[in-house]
Amino acid sequence: MAWAGKILRVDLTKGTVTPEPLKMDWARDYVGSRGLGSKYLVEEVDAKVDPLSPQNKLIWATGPLTGTMASTGGRYTVITKGPLTGAIACSNSGGYWGAELKMAGWDMIIFEGKSPKPVYLYINDDTAELRDAGHLWGQSVWYTEEALKKAHQDPLLRISSIGQAGENQVLFAAVVNDLHRAAGRSGVGAVAGSKNLKAIAVRGTKGVGNIRDPKAFMQVTFEKKKILHDNAVTGQGLPTYGTQVLMNVINEMGALPTRNHKDVQFEGAKDISAEAMATPRKTDGKKHLVTNQACFGCTIACGRISKMDEGHFTIENKPQYRGANGGLEYEAAWALGAANGVNDLEALQYANLLCNEYGMDPISFGATVGAVMELYEMGVLKKEQLGIEAPFGSAKALAHFAEITARGEGFGKEIGQGSKRLTAKYGHPDLSMSVKGQEFPAYDGRGIQGIGLAYATSNRGACHLRGYTVASEVLGIPVKTDPLESEGKPELVKAFQDATAAFDSSGLCIFTTFAWSLPDLAPQLQAACDDAYTVEELSKIGERIWNMEREFNNRAGMTPKDDQLPKRLLTEAAKTGPAKGKVNELAKMLPKYYEVRGWDKEGRPTAETKKRLGL
Amino acid sequence: MQKVLHINADKCTGCLQCEMACSFENYGIFATAKSRIKVFDFHHTGKKVPYTCTQCDEAWCLHACPVEAITVDKATGAKVVNDSTCVGCKVCTIACPFGTINYVQETGKVQKCDLCGGDPACATACPTGAITFIDANWTGLGRMEAWADKLGNQPSAA
Repeated sequence: MAWAGKILRVDLTKGTVTPEPLKMDWARDYVGSRGLGSKYLVEEVDAKVDPLSPQNKLIWATGPLTGTMASTGGRYTVITKGPLTGAIACSNSGGYWGAELKMAGWDMIIFEGKSPKPVYLYINDDTAELRDAGHLWGQSVWYTEEALKKAHQDPLLRISSIGQAGENQVLFAAVVNDLHRAAGRSGVGAVAGSKNLKAIAVRGTKGVGNIRDPKAFMQVTFEKKKILHDNAVTGQGLPTYGTQVLMNVINEMGALPTRNHKDVQFEGAKDISAEAMATPRKTDGKKHLVTNQACFGCTIACGRISKMDEGHFTIENKPQYRGANGGLEYEAAWALGAANGVNDLEALQYANLLCNEYGMDPISFGATVGAVMELYEMGVLKKEQLGIEAPFGSAKALAHFAEITARGEGFGKEIGQGSKRLTAKYGHPDLSMSVKGQEFPAYDGRGIQGIGLAYATSNRGACHLRGYTVASEVLGIPVKTDPLESEGKPELVKAFQDATAAFDSSGLCIFTTFAWSLPDLAPQLQAACDDAYTVEELSKIGERIWNMEREFNNRAGMTPKDDQLPKRLLTEAAKTGPAKGKVNELAKMLPKYYEVRGWDKEGRPTAETKKRLGL
Repeated sequence: MQKVLHINADKCTGCLQCEMACSFENYGIFATAKSRIKVFDFHHTGKKVPYTCTQCDEAWCLHACPVEAITVDKATGAKVVNDSTCVGCKVCTIACPFGTINYVQETGKVQKCDLCGGDPACATACPTGAITFIDANWTGLGRMEAWADKLGNQPSAA
């Protein structure tokens, strides 16, 4: 129960849209969203396909708790074989779109093939049809949302779409919904672009009704919301400061990667922090931060709504960027700021807005710019080819690159390939701060040992959201571990990865885990779906999902070499701060990690492990 | 004591817990499309504003109804639509100056907020206090207190 029990299969080559029943045995074993969508992908797609070919599939999936009153129950995921990494890709987004799809009566949409011309999918409850998107091609996410609402005379329509970055197959293009919420990472937007799929517009009026025990569900979700409310992080820190609350914290502990990871502390961190966003600007006396905002069903409300300084050089004569708009989250502020040595908060927000408008991942974009700036300072890249002088710290260069990357203009085409391909092309592959081709997020593996291992082993390439050991190593949630110690981290990383997979598959937001753990999730799923979802069962499901994703990557040809960190993190010690002198001790952790996972030395799940997990 | 729904838009985050609570209370499902309270998201200012029926004393909807399908719940003061009487003529939707009574195609009747019989689910569900259910005579009390605090608790000049 709580699943709609129906999915849509869209054959873009033939132009057909066909409803089919959800495979309920898979739903029970993989829950929903990330787990269930990935199950469909690995069963239906050959792991060796070219991610941008018609043979790849692209899945939008909700979880059983999506569209319910469980706090944060608005999430959906986009699942495919990722073009940036060649690994399984699964990107998660909030906003309102996921709940709308569920309320229209669908758990999931599977796109296959390639449309001969640009199309969008229009869903109004049971009605679902492909429509011509020729007039939207070449347009931004923001334009597309407005145009579709007008065309359908429906201001309540919810839209998940790609912008120019996806169309131009920027390898880190995002899928964006509700103007500024994104399934941001791994290039899921590029796969949509390769299929000539512009958008999915949904209106759902049927609602989510088949809760197993409605009374128990209302009771338990009410109790769990109280826990979020009373918790210092989810009840105060996140609503007040957003994820940006971390900027100064991580900088002080010497784990804020700076200037393409050359440094671990950024002298300009305070200028781009949550505190800076909440302090009146010197220029116009106004605060950058306007208010916080929730996604569907979320009682945390960490989202930022900001207003730029109207006099800033980036938006002269650009009134469209002057109103309130989606603001900087920590990862974006880091990638656009510290990673490039840029401390101009307004320039960061401008680049962030362009990432939303054009549909592109600010983490991979910002980190790739970091690599470009390093190559520029080394003399490898020249002003003539970049179109601008691009030393570390240049806000002008950041803004310029944000403008040209999604549109595929000039050197922007090369940035759009991501740092791995770009640095390799110019003879310095070691300068790509990535794993499996996906750029690091905002924590340095030298100052936080466990997160280094989590990056190395993440199934979608470097990612903080697949095993956020920062919670333990920095914030002490659920227990404090020493960030500089690698001992014990393989077990910690595994525990975080498995629990995260279970949360991601429920339809809830991973940010709840600052206050909740599996014993808080289990009763909500039990009341909504099935008594079988005990804590033990959810742990096992999480581990099953992890191993299923891993096996897909192994079949795609990945080996332990793809579980490596860049040389810089393994050989160049942190220069300052509490982690001074430290490198990441991956060589110590990785073999142990394989062991605790029940994998062989080549990183393959053993027959016994697979049997235990029902794979 | 008569109580009313009191809305403080500054506290609204746009989570839509109120809309889900409303549809669950009235229809047993989570369907924001069926909610009698709506949250409006003004993107250009970042404001989120919940809006629903204020239960007018001289209710235009009630007076306009040709079949007297809208009556007063004496316990709560709510203007309540009696489904068995409503003929779906929609005259009330024209009469209401605020747009808070609306036609429902699926049932052929109109629907509006009825204060859930005196325990509004939206107010209970609101996580931030943007929607509260308070004494109708004293909706200004909180605001008065804030200004009184400003006046009375200033450091004295003397």
